[in-house]
Amino acid sequence: MLNYLITGISLGSIYAIIALGYTMVYGIAKMLNFAHGDVIMVGGYMCFCATTYMGWHPLLGVLLAMAVCTVLGIVIERLAYKPLRSAPSLAVLITAIGVSYFLQNAALLIWTSNPKSFSPIVGRGAVQFGDLQITHVTLVTIAACVVIMAALTLFTGKTKLGTAMRAVSEDKGAAQLMGINVNTTISMAFAIGSALAAIAGVLLCSAYPMLVPTTGSMPGIKAFTAAVFGGIGSIPGAMLGGILLGIIETFCRAYISMELSDGIVFGVLILVLLVKPAGLLGKQTREKV
Amino acid sequence: MAMLEVNGLNVYYGLIHALHDVSFHVNEGEVVALIGANGAGKTTILHTVSGLLGAKSGSVVFEGKDITKKPGHSIVKLGMGHVPEGRRVFPGLTVAENLRMGAFTRPKGEIAASLNEVYEWFPRLEERKNQPAGTLSGGEQQMLAMGRAMMSKPRILLLDEPSMGLSPLFVGEIFKIIEKVSAAGTTVLLVEQNAKKALSIADRAYVLETGNIIKEGVAADLLNDDAIKKAYLGE
Ligand SMILES: Nc1ncnc2c1ncn2[C@@H]1O[C@H](COP(=O)(O)OP(=O)(O)OP(=O)(O)O)[C@@H](O)[C@H]1O
Ligand SMILES: [Mg+2]
Repeated sequence: MLNYLITGISLGSIYAIIALGYTMVYGIAKMLNFAHGDVIMVGGYMCFCATTYMGWHPLLGVLLAMAVCTVLGIVIERLAYKPLRSAPSLAVLITAIGVSYFLQNAALLIWTSNPKSFSPIVGRGAVQFGDLQITHVTLVTIAACVVIMAALTLFTGKTKLGTAMRAVSEDKGAAQLMGINVNTTISMAFAIGSALAAIAGVLLCSAYPMLVPTTGSMPGIKAFTAAVFGGIGSIPGAMLGGILLGIIETFCRAYISMELSDGIVFGVLILVLLVKPAGLLGKQTREKV
Repeated sequence: MAMLEVNGLNVYYGLIHALHDVSFHVNEGEVVALIGANGAGKTTILHTVSGLLGAKSGSVVFEGKDITKKPGHSIVKLGMGHVPEGRRVFPGLTVAENLRMGAFTRPKGEIAASLNEVYEWFPRLEERKNQPAGTLSGGEQQMLAMGRAMMSKPRILLLDEPSMGLSPLFVGEIFKIIEKVSAAGTTVLLVEQNAKKALSIADRAYVLETGNIIKEGVAADLLNDDAIKKAYLGE
């Protein structure tokens, strides 16, 4: 029971980190970056290449993955989304799906469809607390999630750049009148979101060490669900949504059915949205889409 | 040379030709009013001056620098503050955060002093400094929008209908503040529907009709102009 809870929180922590990326980008650019899940996959492959092919220290692998994904996120925004900033949201959505397929196919070309076996960034050991056994990967995952959450909350709440980000997300024109460079601020949101995706990718592959070009899509969709569940645009919402989703999914797998668990997860989402359309912690405002 | 010179501005929204060869100038230290009916193009002019909109042709020259093609965010630093139509405070940010955003381009060390100055101008804002701006009343939001623009220490302040939607008492208060801002040495370009009030504090004024400047003159003269009285002063 407690073991499942820990597993759920750990899986949920990964969802939460991914969901934070969706939420940051949505909050500021008002768009769903469907390619976010594939950035996770790129992060996974980068870390894999660094540690397995080049024999780097895992920590360096994580840093490489973060650096590559940050640049990738900025480039995707500049090339694919920025030209469409005043286009209808449907056009942006379709472009995002296109970018997602592009990344998957590029990965297929480079790394083929053969699964790569990822070596976790921390040892396979576990810590024993009485009856409870917690693997190192789980501990690192939960700790990373807590640290990221705290850092992001501090950043957006207390720093000048973070406040500017919130200002841009509320009113781009007025933000410009303050002297805030809206383009740079949006790039920054993509950079942060993508760096988080890289971390999520490494943690995901450490927990489930099978890396294929579609590795990112399912967790990506679930984390998106989590972000909506918690209230898209809200940082604590993404966190709460991610962790709840992880717990629900783990318990469904354990007690109800492996096959049905995804169905149940999405069912819960639909229920929550019927009762609270803005999500658990979302603001009840009507969003222009 | 005038502080702000606008020459032959043509601005389009898609196919809509919103400004036709608009030219005007504002001298240092003046209060210049821009009056006109709904949809005349007043907001369009201010947006083009502060770089939120691009012009098809014509130029905007501020203190000798051509700023026509400069991106909006870089114009604040040159000394231009803009209080937009409808206030547009950041509703989820606190009053203090809104004010700090106003000083985004200024060095950190100078912000505290400016913040105190603004609180002296608008004591109500200090009382509400930790409150989200979205919870302020309309008049308080207007004060915040003005205080926020003042935080950038502008040499010219563009005001877009500061009296819109306010009770007469508040309108009086806002106009008193505009006079104080002007007395403190800031040049003011004031857009108003409340033509009577605007002309009574302005030095000069321009009258805008469907994207064309149709009249200009000393404000006191325009107040006594029969055509203006009929069209804009409701007399
Ligand atoms: N974003 C836009 N897209 C298309 N047309 C616009 C847009 N903004 C303004 N217009 C048009 O341009 C013209 C001038 O508008 P503007 O907002 O500058 O008028 P205004 O003088 O500020 O009016 P008001 O007193 O009502 O604020 C109007 O005919 C308006 O319909
Ligand atoms: Mg207007």
